[in-house]
Amino acid sequence: MNIINILKVAMRSLGRNKLRSFLTMLGIIIGVGAVIAMMAVGEGAQYSIQQQIASLGTNVLLIFPGSTNQGGIRIGLGSRTSLTPGDLEAIQTQCPSVAAATAQVRTGAQIVFGEQNWGTSVLGANPSYFTIRSWPLSLGQYFTDADVRGATKVCVLGQTVVDNLFQGGNPVGATIRIKKMPFKVVGVLEPKGQSAQGSDQDDIIIAPYTTVQKKLMGVTFLGIIMVSAVSDQAMVDAQNQITELLRVRHKIQPWEDNDFTVRSQTEIANTAQATTQVLTILLASIASISLLVGGIGIMNIMLVSVTERTREIGIRMSIGARSRDILYQFLIEAVVLSMAGGALGVLIGIVSSDIISALANWPTLVSPVSVGLAFLFAAAVGIFFGFYPARKAAILNPIDALRYE
Amino acid sequence: MSEKMNGSNTANPPKADQPVVDLISVRHLTKTYKMGDVEVHALRGITLEIRRGEFVAIMGASGSGKSTFMNIIGCLDVPTKGEYILDEVDVSKLDRDALARIRNEKIGFVFQGFNLLPRTSALENVELPMFYKNVSNKSRHDKAMEALRVVGLEERWNHMPNQLSGGQQQRVAVARALVNDPSIILADEPTGNLDSRTSVEVMEIFQQLNHQGITIVLVTHEADIAQYAKRNVVFKDGKIKRDFVVEKRRTASEQLATMPASVDEDEEVIEFEMTSEAKEQKETAR
Repeated sequence: MNIINILKVAMRSLGRNKLRSFLTMLGIIIGVGAVIAMMAVGEGAQYSIQQQIASLGTNVLLIFPGSTNQGGIRIGLGSRTSLTPGDLEAIQTQCPSVAAATAQVRTGAQIVFGEQNWGTSVLGANPSYFTIRSWPLSLGQYFTDADVRGATKVCVLGQTVVDNLFQGGNPVGATIRIKKMPFKVVGVLEPKGQSAQGSDQDDIIIAPYTTVQKKLMGVTFLGIIMVSAVSDQAMVDAQNQITELLRVRHKIQPWEDNDFTVRSQTEIANTAQATTQVLTILLASIASISLLVGGIGIMNIMLVSVTERTREIGIRMSIGARSRDILYQFLIEAVVLSMAGGALGVLIGIVSSDIISALANWPTLVSPVSVGLAFLFAAAVGIFFGFYPARKAAILNPIDALRYE
Repeated sequence: MSEKMNGSNTANPPKADQPVVDLISVRHLTKTYKMGDVEVHALRGITLEIRRGEFVAIMGASGSGKSTFMNIIGCLDVPTKGEYILDEVDVSKLDRDALARIRNEKIGFVFQGFNLLPRTSALENVELPMFYKNVSNKSRHDKAMEALRVVGLEERWNHMPNQLSGGQQQRVAVARALVNDPSIILADEPTGNLDSRTSVEVMEIFQQLNHQGITIVLVTHEADIAQYAKRNVVFKDGKIKRDFVVEKRRTASEQLATMPASVDEDEEVIEFEMTSEAKEQKETAR
């Protein structure tokens, strides 16, 4: 029997029990749909992280105080106070592969303007911060290096802060109060939207780091130094030069560990991506359990079908069907069931991931790979779970099958 | 009875010296089933030759081994011991697939219970053996229609089995048996589920086919049906008890002519429909 005829026979026998065939397929439909929707959720998260890496720039390095590993004791990054303004200065002037560097000190504060107040985080930085992050202004201007040197009380606002304090008015030139100290607003940043972790990047006030250190925090160390390399290729050089320089400046002996850590933005983002990848795999594997259950449903119905059609098998054998003809007939029936279920499941999966992104405001991405994978997996489930019943039919003894009542 | 006299007069005396090629030749065939610890000897050494063009009726009470014998020569079952040569091929040594091929190409089966595929049209039922022979779509259709024409059902090619009477279903089964030009047609109680007139009609088809040169082996327990064959072989307790030529052979076409008021099956069906309609009308009238 050729494949087209076997397919016709399979389609017809499935068509005879439409409800049963549909219910059997339903397991696969739900399974494939769930796998695709879950993978869409996971891959959506990954995609937005990738987008963020692109927006951060691939040539950005972060220098954290403290080491990941000090004398065998693991200490959280940023928990130490080893980075100084001198280090920043030295990195800017002595590392040829470094294009720009900025300090970052961060504190939380309550902001007051007129009758409005708003709690947000205040970031102290150099003007080069805006270059490194390529963050344009929508109004006004940036603060300058002179402002940093003089610890002037000026600041640039994120869009969220503007929305909450000024209600549509022009904030440039206004004076706001941060921890009761007056700051002059010189500019407004363009909205950047959510970060990969879901936090609002526009809910921020950026001021000269010296001002934040002295006026708001009363400290002398730097939180993080952010650096951009001259090019993507110069990243490793920049990293080595910085490490070299800081070891000398901090007088670290060759046998001692660094008291700082240099990491690239991509590294950090990759970590986040690895996390979401684990999430994707976890979601997909939970969803594929339902696909497995669907497969068992197929096996169950095929076993029933073989028993019901024992006499038909006997008739076919008596007129010359070989074992493999019977095997293929039932196997293809199972595969048709699972592939049709797979195709419908793909549709359901795409539709439901759209619904998820619309209702939960969660980025989803249906990739062709996940569709192909889910579909192939469904077909494989059909073959795997169809084989046993088909084989059971194929090895029937012709006479016993013919006499079966 | 006259059969007893014929009993000694065997139709095929053993041919020790002359190398006549038989269509079917079985030697010392035995078949033993194991039912738990008990061994059931269904066949206890059958030796038999059937030549091309013969029409043999195999008779015997139930349990005589005739059905087991039929299954073995039909390649549905394999003997425990003995030799079976079908059309010069030693079938007793073949594997499952080779046996399937022989069933497909050399044997046509007609069963007591018709054994048509349900919800499948007459034409498709007849086409079925050709699916397993990979006959092209066009010639498959043509050959199936031709086979239906032989049994006089070409106009009902698209009827489902449940839309056909028993006799018609059996004729479809005969057409299916014919369609791959088999060497032999094996009929297992083909008239068992039919009334006497349709039985004769089916026998008429067999006699016609045999007249055209097709070898037919028929298993029956009805003596009058066996009379339509040319040769009768009687089984008892797994052995051949008698083997003789039928002397007063019946001719189905003549028999049909003498039968009272030929009630055509089609009319029967229509008549039934009418009566049921009439019943309904009566009930609604009430």
